[in-house]
Amino acid sequence: MSALPPYATTGQRIWFYTFRYVICAGILFFLIAPILIIIPLSFNAQDFFTFTPEMLSLSPDGYSLKHYNDFFTNSDWQKALKNSFIIAPAATLIATSLGTLAAIGLSQSHVPFRRTIMAILISPMIVPLIISAAGMFFFYSRIGLQGEYLGIILAHAALGTPFVIITVTATLVGFDRSLTRAAASLGADPVTTFFKVQMPLIIPGVVSGALFAFITSFDEVVVVLFMGSARQKTLPWQMFTGLREQISPTILAVATIMVAISIILLTVLELLRRRSERLRGLSPS
Amino acid sequence: MTASTALDSNTSELAQGAPLTTKDGQPLKRSLGRALRREKIRALFLILPLLAFVLITFIFPIGDMLFRSVENSIVEKTLPGTVVALQDWDSESDEVPGERVFSALADDMMLAQELKIHTRIGTRINYDQPGISSVFRKSGRRIKRLDSDASKDAFIALNAAWGTPDAWTTLTSSAQWPESFPQTAIAFDNWKAWLASEEGDDIDPSTQVPYGFTYANLFHDLSSMENGALNNLAKSSDSAIASLFAGVPDAIDNFPTDDFKGQFADIEKGWVNIQNWQAIKRLSPAFTDSYFLAAVDSERTEAGVQQKPANERFYVTLFVRTIVLSIVITLACILLGYPIAYLLATLSVRSSNLILILVLLPFWTSLLVRTSSWKVLLQQQGVINDLLVWIGLVADDGRLVMINNMTGTIIAMTHILLPFMILPLYSVMKTISPSYMRAAKSMGASDTLAFWRIYFPNTIAGIGAGSILVFILAIGYYITPALVGGTKGVFISNQIAYHISSSLNWGLAAALGTILLVLVLALYWTYDRIVGIDNVKLG
Repeated sequence: MSALPPYATTGQRIWFYTFRYVICAGILFFLIAPILIIIPLSFNAQDFFTFTPEMLSLSPDGYSLKHYNDFFTNSDWQKALKNSFIIAPAATLIATSLGTLAAIGLSQSHVPFRRTIMAILISPMIVPLIISAAGMFFFYSRIGLQGEYLGIILAHAALGTPFVIITVTATLVGFDRSLTRAAASLGADPVTTFFKVQMPLIIPGVVSGALFAFITSFDEVVVVLFMGSARQKTLPWQMFTGLREQISPTILAVATIMVAISIILLTVLELLRRRSERLRGLSPS
Repeated sequence: MTASTALDSNTSELAQGAPLTTKDGQPLKRSLGRALRREKIRALFLILPLLAFVLITFIFPIGDMLFRSVENSIVEKTLPGTVVALQDWDSESDEVPGERVFSALADDMMLAQELKIHTRIGTRINYDQPGISSVFRKSGRRIKRLDSDASKDAFIALNAAWGTPDAWTTLTSSAQWPESFPQTAIAFDNWKAWLASEEGDDIDPSTQVPYGFTYANLFHDLSSMENGALNNLAKSSDSAIASLFAGVPDAIDNFPTDDFKGQFADIEKGWVNIQNWQAIKRLSPAFTDSYFLAAVDSERTEAGVQQKPANERFYVTLFVRTIVLSIVITLACILLGYPIAYLLATLSVRSSNLILILVLLPFWTSLLVRTSSWKVLLQQQGVINDLLVWIGLVADDGRLVMINNMTGTIIAMTHILLPFMILPLYSVMKTISPSYMRAAKSMGASDTLAFWRIYFPNTIAGIGAGSILVFILAIGYYITPALVGGTKGVFISNQIAYHISSSLNWGLAAALGTILLVLVLALYWTYDRIVGIDNVKLG
């Protein structure tokens, strides 16, 4: 059904076009419209959550940057932004470095208890967030990490590691082991082999794992809500309270900025995927 | 000569089937085994840091939650003497416990109110016995004003030595301490803790005389001893003990008491309510199933485990609602995801990549962004209602209520979880060769028949994988239902959050979480059996 055959009947033609341009287009609209609609709404000159008559008539008076201005001048939002950019990179660093090492270890041919280890390592992804958050809240308040930056960073790193494991393992599946053997036979020690031969080849997987870990932490709100104190308010937490209590249109400006961030991340990931495929195409499998 | 001998011996060894050796003379098998072991160790060494990290930061917390769902040491720790004294009380009798339990209670409460933990224990028991927290709270301040010196005065009247610190040094260093004085031993420790809290750590308890509560407990220990045991104390070979207890066996029956029972009844009549005592006794053990019973709307009474009255049942309804809504959301995702996955699988690579981006963008967009846009769209003064009014489908005063109810939860969560259905479906559909359909049609099947008989059965695996994924994600969702669900559209996870951050009933939160976790793990096990965990793919 990739294309309509020339002998198609009228009924088939109607169905084909209805399916493609009504049903699928409608569903795609449902998927994408809610995300795109907040972009114009964020430029609203009024404190409304809907299009004002001025906006619909495309009059410049209907649009303004006041919500963005509010975001960049309001100390609450700025503090939240800063916290997010402290916590997410730190968590990403821990998750990526430990996760990459472990993925390399797991890809060796003889690992005892591989299934059990794998199950433990990806369990943070499987367990519903509310349960992880509850358990972490109980345990971290026991050891005095509740309400501390370190506690949230460790928690977020734990939640991000499964993504690193999965992406790096996937890259390593296509990794040609004879390359490391060749390097060793030419006299390179294991550390040199790792950094000169293996790392450049698996770097796309590592970076996309890091991006997953970053977005996991950057987006995460349940654990922060439970474990953080007012000092560690992150962007999603501020959005959550904003939506729950005093809903202000500044949220739409923040949301637009976050959509822009996710578009950038998506683009980077797509480029990495292509690069990875190209690299893999070079090595004989 | 030597060379030929060596050669000879080598050939002869080979002929005898001797093990092969490496250059340094090691048997090949052992050498290989060692190399393999070294490789295993190196692999484990790489995995170990993360394994330790995940164990500490994630698995221990989950274990802690499981532990907290049954843990109940607060009663035993706050009311240690009372718990011991209650062992002899028959909770099925119609009698409130006697003076012995009340003097232990007075002593425990004296320390508890000093440490300001008496309200905490009241709150804990209140989960199982509503109303009891005020009994504890009201008693706090008044414990200090209880008359408590009757026993102490009687002991001193009998033998002035009882009023000196030395008497207690003698008693606590005797051979019978603490086995023969169970309540006194606890009361004495309580008093030491009280003294340290009241006066600071630098005061030495061995220079002080305990307060009346300790003597009251000593009296009860002595009076509940068998006659022989008490006489043995008075005639003990330890002369210090013998002189302390001389005369006690004869006088003990006429000792006055402080009537703690009566005094407690005056403070708060809840103390002579037998149900309150039954609850305290029931919660005495260090582990309890009471949180789990509460999580399934049941309670343990003296008559056994019972369902709560219909108007207090809540959690089972919520579990059922969570599961039903998750199923509805899963079905909606199948309905909306199937056509898109089909489109992706049948289009050319270039156009399908473009559409894949439209699917991945929501997947990558912050959950809160998507939830806030639905909050904006679905409001009564929001974009969708405005549009409907403008078209004329609904009247301005008849705007649809689509948020803060189940509709809001279903719409927003379907949107959020849809990519998790599309991606596994797509990866299955990609593998279905178009020649199957062509073959079916060439043999005379209509489009519909070919689809239902050939294409659809091939996609069942994808539907299964996507459904389980969506369902598992849905039943654990918290943020979206909390923001767009109002009161009718909330999930069990919202109750877990409520008990953690608002009601502070952590045990119940842990029990609800444990039930949810078991449910999810069971589903994952199914998922693993059908698809295999290793086949989890991202984007």
